[in-house]
Amino acid sequence: MIDVREKYDVAVIGAGHAGCEAALACARLGLETIIFTMSADNIAFMPCNPHIGGSSKGHLVREIDALGGQMGKAIDKTFLQSKMLNTSKGPAVHSLRCQADKMEYSKEMKRVLESQEHLSIKQAEVSEILVEDYKVESEEEEYTKKIVGVKIFSGITYDVKAVILCTGTYLKSRCLTGEAITYSGPNGLLPSNLLSQSLIDAGIELRRFKTGTPARMDGNTIDYSKMSEQFGDSPVIPFSFDTDPADVQRPQVSCWLTYTNEKTHEIIRKNIDRSPIYAGIIEGIGPRYCPSIEDKVVKFPDHERHQVFVEPEGTYTNEMYIDGMSSSLPEDVQIAMYRTVPGLENCKIVKSAYAIEYDCLCPGQLQPTLEIKNIHGLFSAGQFNGSSGYEEAAAQGLYAGINAAMQIQGKPYLSIDRSEGYIGVLVDDLVTKENLEPYRMMTSRAEYRLLLRQDNADIRLRKKGYEAGLISEEKYNKLVTKIDEINHEVERLKTTTVGANAAIQKFMEENGSSTLKTATSLAELICRPEFSYETLAPIDPERPTLSKDIIEQVEITIRYEGYINRQERQVEQFKKLEKKLIPADIDYNDVSSLRLEARQKLEKFRPTNIGQASRIGGVNPADVSVLLIYLDSMYRGKNDEK
Amino acid sequence: MANLLNRLNSDTICAIATAMSDAGIGIIRVSGPRAVEICDKVYVSAGKKHNLLEHKPNTITYGYIVDESLQEENQIVDEVMISFMKAPHSYTREDVIEINSHGGMLVMNQILELLLKSGCRLAEPGEFTKRAFLNGRIDLTKAEAIMDVISAQNNFALEASRNQLQGKIYSKIKALREIIIYQMAFIESALDDPENYDLTGFSDKLDGIIAGVIDEIGHMISTADEGKIRKDGIKTVIVGKPNAGKSSLLNTLTGDDRAIVTDIAGTTRDIIEETVRLGDIVLHLIDTAGIRNTDDIIEKIGVDKAKSMVQEAELVLYILDSTSEIDDEDGDIIDLCMNKKTIVLLNKDDLSDEIKITEDIVRMRFSDASNDNLPIIKTSMLKGNGIDDLKKAVSDLFLNGEIVPKQELYITNLRHKALLQNAYDSLKLVRDSISKDLSEDFYTVDLNDAYASLGEIIGEEVGDDLVEEIFSKFCMGK
Repeated sequence: MIDVREKYDVAVIGAGHAGCEAALACARLGLETIIFTMSADNIAFMPCNPHIGGSSKGHLVREIDALGGQMGKAIDKTFLQSKMLNTSKGPAVHSLRCQADKMEYSKEMKRVLESQEHLSIKQAEVSEILVEDYKVESEEEEYTKKIVGVKIFSGITYDVKAVILCTGTYLKSRCLTGEAITYSGPNGLLPSNLLSQSLIDAGIELRRFKTGTPARMDGNTIDYSKMSEQFGDSPVIPFSFDTDPADVQRPQVSCWLTYTNEKTHEIIRKNIDRSPIYAGIIEGIGPRYCPSIEDKVVKFPDHERHQVFVEPEGTYTNEMYIDGMSSSLPEDVQIAMYRTVPGLENCKIVKSAYAIEYDCLCPGQLQPTLEIKNIHGLFSAGQFNGSSGYEEAAAQGLYAGINAAMQIQGKPYLSIDRSEGYIGVLVDDLVTKENLEPYRMMTSRAEYRLLLRQDNADIRLRKKGYEAGLISEEKYNKLVTKIDEINHEVERLKTTTVGANAAIQKFMEENGSSTLKTATSLAELICRPEFSYETLAPIDPERPTLSKDIIEQVEITIRYEGYINRQERQVEQFKKLEKKLIPADIDYNDVSSLRLEARQKLEKFRPTNIGQASRIGGVNPADVSVLLIYLDSMYRGKNDEK
Repeated sequence: MANLLNRLNSDTICAIATAMSDAGIGIIRVSGPRAVEICDKVYVSAGKKHNLLEHKPNTITYGYIVDESLQEENQIVDEVMISFMKAPHSYTREDVIEINSHGGMLVMNQILELLLKSGCRLAEPGEFTKRAFLNGRIDLTKAEAIMDVISAQNNFALEASRNQLQGKIYSKIKALREIIIYQMAFIESALDDPENYDLTGFSDKLDGIIAGVIDEIGHMISTADEGKIRKDGIKTVIVGKPNAGKSSLLNTLTGDDRAIVTDIAGTTRDIIEETVRLGDIVLHLIDTAGIRNTDDIIEKIGVDKAKSMVQEAELVLYILDSTSEIDDEDGDIIDLCMNKKTIVLLNKDDLSDEIKITEDIVRMRFSDASNDNLPIIKTSMLKGNGIDDLKKAVSDLFLNGEIVPKQELYITNLRHKALLQNAYDSLKLVRDSISKDLSEDFYTVDLNDAYASLGEIIGEEVGDDLVEEIFSKFCMGK
């Protein structure tokens, strides 16, 4: 064989949503990067739902954008419909969601990858990772091996300093539609059958997870007159902080809402024993929070109906995605079941619903950098880490990509904690918890969500993107100016008062507000539910001209100040425990008074700080106090010796 | 590293575990890694062998404590039973040996000395409990309660601490937390899965539930003041003009028939404090030494000092000679008593012919609104009359006159009270958010705080100051 060994800094395995962000981050940071994909025509493919964002996932997209990722920019260019969800609730749970044109999204991302300097795309199945022994043991880090390269199926090897595993659902995947099993990746794509064994040989433990997708219908066979039309917002707010809002105001495509009914549920119940999950054929564990229609029927026996959203897959096709009715029931049951739904009576299925099973990482093997424990230079992201969802994958891909780059360049790692971003929550949960099912982001997972709003993702995280090198000086300066303007305006509103004179009182009355007893600050008036920043304009002649997003920040800051302050206090408490570090070489056998279960869990997860330790399942507060006292007496002892 | 860490628990400690009295049997407890080895040096079995190391854990053996430094015929110190509890199945989770001796202070002290010579260290007060806590045997509330039992000053304090020890506070707080977490979980579920969890009408329901929890916490807080008084007693100062009868009152209160509980020298300033028991309640008489030396307290120490004493006190006993008119000096004293819990004693009631001050006159002088219900008691120190009335008045003033049902839960710990107050305030804020019609996701901010505060009480939430708390509680480290 001719030696055509190639040299790169980073190899990214998989070109899904995680892989694309990882590869772009590394290449943009100047590292020679190669991204491997099973199919170069399916880069950033969306094998399931045709939308990006949604409750809490929209937050992730905003955060990805704040850090310098690509997802928000790509969807801004290719969405068919855009909507801000939960606007009747508080700003913490507002979430942006876009219907994507799947093909256009994939093409857009491929274009970006192809035009990225330092980045090569390679269609190949990576069959092996290559590792060498590498012994490091210190208070800061512990390794036994390091990554030196990858080998593809053809036998060619690539020397690399870091590998980022973004294998999605492709590792030894199989798809199930009732009794029919296909050994393929999603949508008939090739699975990757060889890499798993190589990972196991390197000491990595794998498990099986499953997820599923509903059927795609021929749009021409759907009767939309029986469904209610769902429109997008006008005006549209872009996902990316760098997209000019003017560029995203364009005609939108509608979605459609219909419901299941008792007949649907009846069919499902009668045939539930033919579902591979209930029949026990599927070994993988599915996501509780993205349930199949059969799971919903079983879980909520009293519910007479479930929502079904019919969404376009793109402008290039008639295919419609039947959101809310994913299933792994046999095709005959699917046809009967879908046809009970109003508007789908005569529907024809283009692609059947199926469940997919795949290999992914067992918990307890990730470091907070998303590097796999013990193997220097081996990072992982996305569904391989046990998550579910495009946004979750992309966020991890970006995070792992930046950290791989930081490692190679000898710079400090990117770290986002639970109080700084949903990405921090996501990473911490994947690193610390024994998730027994595919992990999906949810608002309830974020403890400090009033601070982690989608509207302030840039304020929270752009600085970190700038420090990592993905955000330009110019963009960063723009943010600094924005923050200044917000602070000034808040200060001005707090210190500017209006007197209780006749004109003001008349204004109060006209707006249905109680008259003033004494001079009152504009900030206090904004807190009255009947007013907004906008409506106070007539009595605030001094106000500067400010952009919409600045006004939004000013309003939220003033209106929810008490809540924000209290949440910030919670964060202070949280940080105190996060700052209590646990040495990497701690021997939990020395902590004699730990309960056995706690000792085993701590040994398995090896948390880096006390806060993280306290979040590990099976470690209770008493164990944490034992640990605290142990560390404290250790430090006290050390200081004594000095 | 291991060496440094082991230092924490490396000592083997010993102490007499039973009361120091000439009772029939006394127990000396030894705990630590060298417990067996050390005890073996001073113990021989009935067959005169050092063979403690061979004994099975959790058994009792019979033998002698010997002092081998003495001549052979004098070596036996006492005939004892020894029980051995092996780690972690003991109170401290360390190896523990308990020596049941025949008691008697002399013998017990002799055994203790032998153990100290053989390598034990004398345990600090509460150190067994400290180890039990540090070794994860008991949680912080239990440890707190045990410390309270050890230092309980009266039966009430003991009862309250025991309730705490048996986890009554624990189960109460746990129940309240469960209510809160359930509501939080519902809100979270509805935010994540609005299709299947409906929030219509939820706010009103929640408001009622939270109001109930607030009531319960409020009640617990209100017991805290009373619980504290029952546990710790009332700081009391006696004021009055010369010859009004202060000394007589003091003597009556502290007389031979009434127990002087303690003599504590020096609090923040060098004040002598005398503690007397009045029925159920303990009174700490502030600066009674000063009062004893001279009747004229105001003259002696100056009005400023008197003022600060009165200010510091929780109860003022103002004694008047009812046979002489109220004058300017009394006016000064009355000014001092304003806004203080005061009981007026009209002394020398036995000299009925010469009475010049009546209840009405006193009431007129105490014009302050807060003293509308001013208790005024006629006493005769000479005849010992009125002390029962005084007892009742104090009880009325501080305990609402209620007889304490034994099962009542009393919060006697300041840390708990503060945390309950935090939870109370947070829940008020939840109701505030509801009344302002804010959306449900705002409620969780404060529900969370309340949940955490309650959790800190029972050690189910790790407070950042936990280590400090523990270290100060057990006076360990530096």
